[in-house]
Amino acid sequence: MSATHLSLRRRLRERGLDGVTLLVLPGVVFVLALFIYPFVYGLVLSFQPKEGGWLANYQKFFSDPFLYDTIWLTLQIAVPATLLNTVLSVPVALRVRLMKRQKLLTTILVIPITLGTVLVAEGLLTYLGPRGWLNRVLLEFGIADSPVRLIHNYWGVMLSMVISGFPFTFLLTLSYVTGIDPALEQAGAMLGARSRQRFFRILLPLLAPGLAITLALAFVQAFTVFPSAVLLGAPAGPTRVISIVAYQAAFEQYDYPLASAIAMLMAGVQVLIIVALLGARTLVFRGPVSTGKG
Amino acid sequence: MPIASRDFRELRLEGVGRDFGQHHALRDVNLTVRRGEFVALLGPSGCGKSTALNCISGLLQPTDGTIWLDGKRLDEVGPEDRGFGMVFQNYALFPHMTVRRNVGFGLVTQRRPKAEIERRVDEALALVRLETQSDKLPGQLSGGQQQRVAIARAIVVEPPLVLMDEPLSNLDAKLRLEMRAEIRRIHTMLGCSTIYVTHDQEEALSLADRIMVMIDGLPRQIGTPEELYARPASADVAEFMGYRNLVPSSAVMAGTRVGVTVSGARILGTPMATVAARAMVAIRPDDLRPTADGPITALVEIAEYHGRDFYAVARGTEGEELYFRSDRRIATGETVRLTAAPDRVLVYPA
Repeated sequence: MSATHLSLRRRLRERGLDGVTLLVLPGVVFVLALFIYPFVYGLVLSFQPKEGGWLANYQKFFSDPFLYDTIWLTLQIAVPATLLNTVLSVPVALRVRLMKRQKLLTTILVIPITLGTVLVAEGLLTYLGPRGWLNRVLLEFGIADSPVRLIHNYWGVMLSMVISGFPFTFLLTLSYVTGIDPALEQAGAMLGARSRQRFFRILLPLLAPGLAITLALAFVQAFTVFPSAVLLGAPAGPTRVISIVAYQAAFEQYDYPLASAIAMLMAGVQVLIIVALLGARTLVFRGPVSTGKG
Repeated sequence: MPIASRDFRELRLEGVGRDFGQHHALRDVNLTVRRGEFVALLGPSGCGKSTALNCISGLLQPTDGTIWLDGKRLDEVGPEDRGFGMVFQNYALFPHMTVRRNVGFGLVTQRRPKAEIERRVDEALALVRLETQSDKLPGQLSGGQQQRVAIARAIVVEPPLVLMDEPLSNLDAKLRLEMRAEIRRIHTMLGCSTIYVTHDQEEALSLADRIMVMIDGLPRQIGTPEELYARPASADVAEFMGYRNLVPSSAVMAGTRVGVTVSGARILGTPMATVAARAMVAIRPDDLRPTADGPITALVEIAEYHGRDFYAVARGTEGEELYFRSDRRIATGETVRLTAAPDRVLVYPA
């Protein structure tokens, strides 16, 4: 009897389950309470529309261009912002990797993260506004005849997305870049590869899996853009992103089921894009980026 | 296209030095490597031997001096254009490429025709006996096999000069001996020149035609293995070449010999330079033998059984540590009488 008890315990331990495993419980409770429950609640709610059949909310969304166009509008902001931030982060990270004062530069680049979107938006509004520093300089030196419009439109949102999103992609990319053994590049150079060939044949293939993750995370961040779309964009027009529509449904029309349906659609689009990205990742090399044995 | 051709006569380093900020990592390297020669750069870690190798490879720019390949100045040419082969300490194989693509990399950057690449990669893989592993990724190979791939990758472009940076230090003892023989075999077969960095004097002695010993960024002696083994130029080179017994002593010239005192006993030695009153006596453990009536008395503190013989550490009467080897059994606590032939007692100025 005690023998079978012992062997069960041992069997569990061999699978990595022992007393310490219990420490996972608070985390599980946390995830269940703050993520799974609201998600399921929202999913169920989205199928209980104020009027009509159980799919009425979704039918409403996809029959009204004013609603379904927001997916396209949001993608138009999120996809270029994600690509721009990630593509930009690669050369910067490659350069910073070689720098002596890496910490200082990293700190400067990371400050926008700590400021938060709203503060960045405030700053941009003042700086880029019709009477802001930028336009005054442009007009003063005759570079522009009339103030350049960079806020309350698409470009205002895009700028804010780059300022607050770039440090994030940069930090991620930097960690992937520094994980690549510098000797690999040196070996490439010794074999006659110039910097361009070294980048495309050695660095990029090794970076690709990390870049896929960076793209996925940056996209999720960009797709849920809300404060800068409202503050710096034209929330009634070109930057009427999907999160604004969800907000209006919930807090202006008090139609929680419709808001839930929109939130579910947001999640759906994100999952689709991420699955596509991570799927593409398996097409390239996925192994360790170093082969050293000791 | 690499500037170096196979039929060069010599590689010359003239006064090459490299500073890192205030630190002189490498100074005054003057070295000529002839075609077909195997030269080892030997020294303790931090002595600048890898810095010297990197100056030759082009991965590091020397801050002083010039490097020449026959009449061509090399130190202003990038590593991509030197056309040297290099084997890295951690092999630096491209983890995302198969063995075949790793080995063929240098030929692809030279834009060789596909058929030629295939043929030469096959030849290189046959040379390192890895024909059957060509489609594996480096991560699927053992350390020794990875090492062979690294060598094949370096030699497939038929470089005039192959540079090796402690290539055996990540391998276990048995494999190290095997690969050592392999490296020598490949070197002889290809007829290229090899510059080999190591901190292992045994490796350098067994592989090289000539050895340059470096200490603290400075070349201290260049010579054949026999010269370095038997006649180190200074006491610290002697220490590095395995002369473990280094005893400070007074010195009195006696004809061609010199009289010194070790553990209170007067013995004769060979002066390696003009010796004044103070000297440093260097003796290999193999040359200090216990006999019935040896002049040097010492008390054995540690005795190790090494199979063929015993290796022991004894304390001399002046408190000095004496290392010696013995064919007969040595026990801890035993008092031994040691002797050394005057030829094998090297005396340096202190």
